[in-house]
Amino acid sequence: MISKRPVSVLGLVAAGALALTACGSDNNTPAGGNNSAAPAPTATTQVECGGKKDLVAEGSSAQKGAIEAFVAAYGAKCSGQQLAYTPSGSGAGVKQFTGGIVDIGGSDSPLNKDKGEVEKAAERCKGNPAWNLPLVFGPVGIAYKLDGVTSVTLTGEVAAKIFSGAVTKWNDPAIAAVNTGATLPDKAITVIYRGDESGTTDNFQKYLKAAGKGAWTKDAGKKFNGGVGQGAQGSAGVADAISAGDGTIGYIEWSYVQDKKLSAAKLDSGSGAVELGAQGAAAAIKSAKVKGEGHDLVLDLDALYASNTAGAYPLVLATYEIVCSKGYDADTAKAVKAFLNVAATDGQSALADAGYVPLPDEFQAKLLDAIKAIA
Amino acid sequence: MSDSDTVGRPGAPGLARGARGGAAPDTAPEAPISTPQGSGGTPAQPPKVITRPGDKIFKALTVGSGVFVVAMIALIGVFLLIQAIPSLADNQANFLFGRDWDADPEGGLAFGVLDLLLVTVFSSVFALIIAMPVSLGIALFLTQYAPRRLARPFAYLVDLLAAVPSIIYGLWGAYVLAPALAPVSTWLNENLGFIPLFATGTSNLAIGQTIFTAGIVLAVMLLPIITAISREVFDRTPPMQVEGALALGATKWEVVRTTVLPFGRAGYISASMLGLGRALGETIAVLIILSSTTSHFGFSLFDGGDTIASKIARAAQEFNDPRGAGAYIAAGLVLFVLTFVVNAFARSIIAGHKEYE
Repeated sequence: MISKRPVSVLGLVAAGALALTACGSDNNTPAGGNNSAAPAPTATTQVECGGKKDLVAEGSSAQKGAIEAFVAAYGAKCSGQQLAYTPSGSGAGVKQFTGGIVDIGGSDSPLNKDKGEVEKAAERCKGNPAWNLPLVFGPVGIAYKLDGVTSVTLTGEVAAKIFSGAVTKWNDPAIAAVNTGATLPDKAITVIYRGDESGTTDNFQKYLKAAGKGAWTKDAGKKFNGGVGQGAQGSAGVADAISAGDGTIGYIEWSYVQDKKLSAAKLDSGSGAVELGAQGAAAAIKSAKVKGEGHDLVLDLDALYASNTAGAYPLVLATYEIVCSKGYDADTAKAVKAFLNVAATDGQSALADAGYVPLPDEFQAKLLDAIKAIA
Repeated sequence: MSDSDTVGRPGAPGLARGARGGAAPDTAPEAPISTPQGSGGTPAQPPKVITRPGDKIFKALTVGSGVFVVAMIALIGVFLLIQAIPSLADNQANFLFGRDWDADPEGGLAFGVLDLLLVTVFSSVFALIIAMPVSLGIALFLTQYAPRRLARPFAYLVDLLAAVPSIIYGLWGAYVLAPALAPVSTWLNENLGFIPLFATGTSNLAIGQTIFTAGIVLAVMLLPIITAISREVFDRTPPMQVEGALALGATKWEVVRTTVLPFGRAGYISASMLGLGRALGETIAVLIILSSTTSHFGFSLFDGGDTIASKIARAAQEFNDPRGAGAYIAAGLVLFVLTFVVNAFARSIIAGHKEYE
């Protein structure tokens, strides 16, 4: 008999590995909040606790860190009340919400009418429309590693050229033109992108399309379409690949830029270079236009990305909480309102440390109005 | 072990039994056993087959387990087929020979598995080429050269490699091996770049997320599998042959060359094939190490890319649409068939050699 034991052990190992792959690598680990010169955490309002004890929510992994902060604040404010969040991805979040499995869905993009999500959600809410509430914002950094260079400024157009392969050297005239005075080395640019499908890629490509002044001819989407560079697994993988090379550039969430101590490019949208950070992102969110109707606060991201507001850092990832405007049972409605209320007020103070941007006052007011209107 | 060998040899036992039975009829233990087997119609007491409840239960359990595993394999195949067929029907590209993968149902599915398949086979074969000679050396060392006292703990150590979770190998490959290999791969690329194998690929050598790195990690993962089986086979070389060779004045190396290797060749090859099957399906280590790319695979060790398994794992978190998922399941079906064929090939080599049983 030939020993089959090692093979069966390997089978177990492989099964374990499969189970591991199922876990997301999108964890936004809390970062040191040293550069959170953010707008002051917004005021606490009176929250009416009660209702269903255990809320369930599911969706985007990009907002996982923020939801964790919200849950902690929720538990502190309303003792005994909980919310369990499964970061299984935006698509799953929408599906579970429209299927009536979870009370709140989390998604990187609002409900899509073309895919029938809007109708399905209305059905789930017993004939009432579902609202997309953008509660969690996080800036996305264009991080780079270039030995000997400490500051790089990019415009949307130059970024689009780099990430589509039109610019391949760091000393290309296009880059030099927006970095007057800096000496850039004659090194090849290695673009690092997200190899897995991700909402970050989707938003980044939307940004390149909106701010690229025609330099980005590819589509947006969860898959990187630039056609250059090499993909890495998850935000952490991108951050590691950037720091392992020289002449590398890639896009990752702010928290990863903080964690890995990477340099991030300043963005110049036409009115001066703005650094990656809560300040610039908050300025951008403040000027964001809502294109949804009434309390359905769907943001016009194209306008946001293309805007040239002074002091604003427009490359921002917005994630939504999808809730029913009406149609919850009384218990659930009460708890959902309480949770969202806490999230939009008390929960904001811990956000900067987790790599997110606290809500600007005007926007917070809009959200609180919407939350109040949930019945 | 040598005892059972001589007993099993045809001719010899018959002689022994006959001689013994004739000479000494009062050697009780052998006589009653051989009579009922030899002649069916013994008048005195017809042999009674005793079955107790335990026999029935145990038989049912073992048969059940056997049927279960076969049924499960069949069901997995059926599951893959059922899930894949609708997507394959919608596929606008040639599935087997297309090189681009677009499994986004918006704008139509157009996925071809060829590039994934090439990277899968290329990286696995590269790993096998490294692992095969090393495992052969380890197995020969353990069975022929090492003193018994050393061989046993050493064998455990090698087996332990098989118990290391592949995620650990992946992390080690990505964070330790990849940067360490950068000077080697840069040297190969600069000096031997004219060979297509070492040509500049799609992956940055300083970061090291190449097929080169992934292949070496895979090779380390294969070592325990190939070594364990080869060791068992080499251990079974008939001592008579070894002693015969020694009696003819053969040196250690000549003994290995003339008896151990010819006897163990089939087992060694099938062990390698089993290892290959493992490398083809390796997921998480490859996923972590290998960079994905948007260009086609160029048969360079310094390319990035995706194997079938890592491609599926990359996308698995965002399986929302059954048709998009179906495309990946179709790729999974290809991998299933490929590993099945490789394993069946390995088994068939062993099956031809009764001395291993």
